[in-house]
Amino acid sequence: MIWVLAIAIGAMVAAGVYLVLGRDLLRVVIGVSLIGAAANLSFFVAGRVGTMIPPVVPLGETLLAPDAANPLPQALVLTAIVIGMALTFFSLVLVLAISQETGNNDIEKLREAEPPPAANGQPVLEDATISEQPDPRALEEGR
Amino acid sequence: MSENIWVAAPALVPLGIALLTGLLSGQPRWQAAVSLAGAFALLASTLVLLAYAEAGIILRMSFGDWEAPFGIEFAADRLGASMAAIAALMGLAALLFQLSDADAASVSPTLHPLVHLLLAGVGGAFMTADLFNLYVWFELMLISALGLLAYGARPRHLDATLKYFVLSTLGTLFMLVSIASVYGATGHLNFSALEQVGLQDEAGRLTPFIVALVLAFLIKAGAFPVFAWLPAAYHTLPAPLLALFAALLTKVGVYAVLRVLGDVFSTTPAIVYEVLGWVAVATMITGVLGAAYHWDMRRILAFHIISQIGYMLLGIGLASQQGYVGSIFMIIHNIVVKTNLFLIAAIAYRLTGSYDLRRCGGLYKVRPWLGVLFLVPALSLVGIPPLSGFWAKFILVTESVVQGQFVWAAAALLTGFLTLYSMMKIWLEAFWKKHPDSHWTLPDKTRLAPAYAVTITLAVLTVVIGIALEPLLQFTQHAVGQMMEAPP
Repeated sequence: MIWVLAIAIGAMVAAGVYLVLGRDLLRVVIGVSLIGAAANLSFFVAGRVGTMIPPVVPLGETLLAPDAANPLPQALVLTAIVIGMALTFFSLVLVLAISQETGNNDIEKLREAEPPPAANGQPVLEDATISEQPDPRALEEGR
Repeated sequence: MSENIWVAAPALVPLGIALLTGLLSGQPRWQAAVSLAGAFALLASTLVLLAYAEAGIILRMSFGDWEAPFGIEFAADRLGASMAAIAALMGLAALLFQLSDADAASVSPTLHPLVHLLLAGVGGAFMTADLFNLYVWFELMLISALGLLAYGARPRHLDATLKYFVLSTLGTLFMLVSIASVYGATGHLNFSALEQVGLQDEAGRLTPFIVALVLAFLIKAGAFPVFAWLPAAYHTLPAPLLALFAALLTKVGVYAVLRVLGDVFSTTPAIVYEVLGWVAVATMITGVLGAAYHWDMRRILAFHIISQIGYMLLGIGLASQQGYVGSIFMIIHNIVVKTNLFLIAAIAYRLTGSYDLRRCGGLYKVRPWLGVLFLVPALSLVGIPPLSGFWAKFILVTESVVQGQFVWAAAALLTGFLTLYSMMKIWLEAFWKKHPDSHWTLPDKTRLAPAYAVTITLAVLTVVIGIALEPLLQFTQHAVGQMMEAPP
């Protein structure tokens, strides 16, 4: 049982990494949520898998049966799933906003926050608040 | 037992304020007032906590009375309490700075709730004594940071948010997997319980899981080579938020590394610390070289965050009492100084009209005292005596030499020298040279009084730490002593 889950986790991470490394925006965030699902599954496996005894203390006993399922990782995974769902929703809205604002789905062309350097190798001037003037330093040095 | 409730305050107060400000979203004036009052309340409650910690009392609380190691425990030792207090101070500084018009965040109903959620995440992370709970606080920080990053809603903000989202989320997922493997190997999540398991682990069976955990925290801390999310995103933020992010987010990652390697799993094999030391050296050098390339003040300072993270990690890599003292001292000093630098850069931006050094200048002629105000944190960051940064670096470099790690000491000194280059670049370009636009005049109407109040207070704090060094040094030594004690 644990080997099946291990292989499933590996396959999900591989698929997730493949998607994240792609250039399409939507694929990237789906890849992240796929890796998230794999992480959740691995937390689940960190408890005990394969047992069929429910984690319920029998009447008159004070402890669980020795082979009972471990309820703690299941509770923790629920927390992680909820957090992951919130992040997935956020990322989907983000992708939608980016493709509407920039009309661009290619992550390679998305350089709004980190514009490539100017032709002279210097960082470009990117203050949006100032009207576009030629760089005085560049003019002086004849670049 | 009732005083133990204070330990929940660093998380509960901001959560409550976030809720209140969320409910008040229709009344911006009330919302801002409640938000500011909440920041003061948070600072007051963390100072109470700090007073208990300073008296040597570790307040503990298990939620729902499920006793450790079964329940989720909060504990405030000296390290956690001091971090929570300084974080609360920075939250207050950012919210006060928001009252000025120096690159303040545009007012919208979600701003204050998100800031307080971020503070709750930070406070919870400093207080918790449970590994999975730590992950939850990191997630809270992540999601409120994402909200604040996307807040500007221009293409550059959205782009920054996407990069921050992908890289940071992969970091937290990695953290989740490594917490799962630590749990799978030990059956515990509570710090004290893990410490006891760690002491019995002589075969080093746990080491791979601990290394994975540390790596996940290093992604959050912005260490070499996994810091790409930081320079991709930070500079798009408005000044108060930028200062808040710079002050807190990466330092929580460093704190987590310190907690894991210095406290919980202090018996980790020496090779792990050695590798961490080299990672720290690479972080210092790459950070400071990245800063040297840039001309935008925000980008320069953002890269300096990375290089300063290197110093903090260096102290952890030294794996000695003195190293940890240097590391904690560095975190406290750096939070104050770095916040202040970003805020002063925002004032310079307000006066000259640009963050880009190629487009500003002439400030020294019209505002000489602003130049002095800038030099205090700038020289402290470089490590000029008697400012706070000098002592932090002095402890770290001395300890490196004592341990025979001469390359580490040399790298720390070289980084200080290159930091001086960046700071002098800002000084010469923004303050000393003439403004490139010959028609430039100071803007007419500015509302900078809150900005000056905040930056001057932080600068005074830097000087006071540097001159009246003894109390803080003793405090950090006691904090390290408490951290290195065997579990009860």
